[in-house]
Amino acid sequence: MSQFILHKENTRGHANHGWLNAHHSFSFANYYNPERMHFGVLRVLNDDLIDGGMGFGAHPHDNMEIITIPLAGAIAHKDSMGNSAVIKSGEIQVMSAGTGVSHSEFNALEDKKLSLLQIWLFPNKKNVTPRYDQLALDVDARQNNFQQILSPNQDDEGVWIHQDAWFSLGKFDKGFETEYKIKKAGNGVYAFVISGEVTINGQTLSKRDGLGIWDTDSISFKANTEGAEVLLMDVPMELS
Amino acid sequence: MQTTILYIGRDTEITVVMNRLLNARPEWKGICVCTDEEAISILKAQEVDLVLLGNGISLKCEKALRANIIALKPDVKIIQHYGGGSGLLYGEIMTALA
Repeated sequence: MSQFILHKENTRGHANHGWLNAHHSFSFANYYNPERMHFGVLRVLNDDLIDGGMGFGAHPHDNMEIITIPLAGAIAHKDSMGNSAVIKSGEIQVMSAGTGVSHSEFNALEDKKLSLLQIWLFPNKKNVTPRYDQLALDVDARQNNFQQILSPNQDDEGVWIHQDAWFSLGKFDKGFETEYKIKKAGNGVYAFVISGEVTINGQTLSKRDGLGIWDTDSISFKANTEGAEVLLMDVPMELS
Repeated sequence: MQTTILYIGRDTEITVVMNRLLNARPEWKGICVCTDEEAISILKAQEVDLVLLGNGISLKCEKALRANIIALKPDVKIIQHYGGGSGLLYGEIMTALA
């Protein structure tokens, strides 16, 4: 029997710093909710809106798989590994922090807000050599399809990380129905609605709602509105 | 009453940041070191409520460190700190102390 946990949009943690308007699906920084610590190895799901030209100065990370998905706008990234890049909407960035890395992230545009999702997963191995990657995705390939954008495998579609996790993005026509099969036994799926309204396993979800499902090998999906967009995060439920 | 937290991690830059973060809260007293020898000498010299294991500690060192800590302070809590900054720190400590 599958189990689920529903996180409605308005129950997320919220921090408005002026230049940064952040919503946290799980405990982060000063937002602490002992019932919202993680979903399996998914530890952070931040929904950030950043003013033009503003951002996070150089700061360190370690032992986390950090995935950034710009939803609108562009991020200017620099790190201690020598990478300097701009990541635009339609692309994905990944950083394995491992033994330690320092980076900065800014809104690359002065006149437009940057909307992004930043996701942190616990790694399946501590103290790996830090690494960085970014990838331009074929946005058309996610129409009425869960397009894989991340996996544990270097040779598979999307970017890869040090964890048995698979992420997929989809954009759907109203009324489109499909089934998503979980990639690995023991994994669960955390679905996050980027826009529109959908029904997953009988639960109606609106924009920015999250639904975690586990103890199952597949989930049912239906788009209730035109252009509904969803991110699926298929992650191990056990912390290694 | 302050909670004394000992952070052990190999990266100097992260250790400096952790020292700033831990000591920014009046309810916490942070002591941050990069070597196991420094950590053990601190544990011998004073009371510590919580030990955070940071980055770069090999499995072999971690095993020895945990054994030494427990031998010195059987009741001290030891947790892994992930992320190397402010994002997860508060939640980790609150959970450990709950």
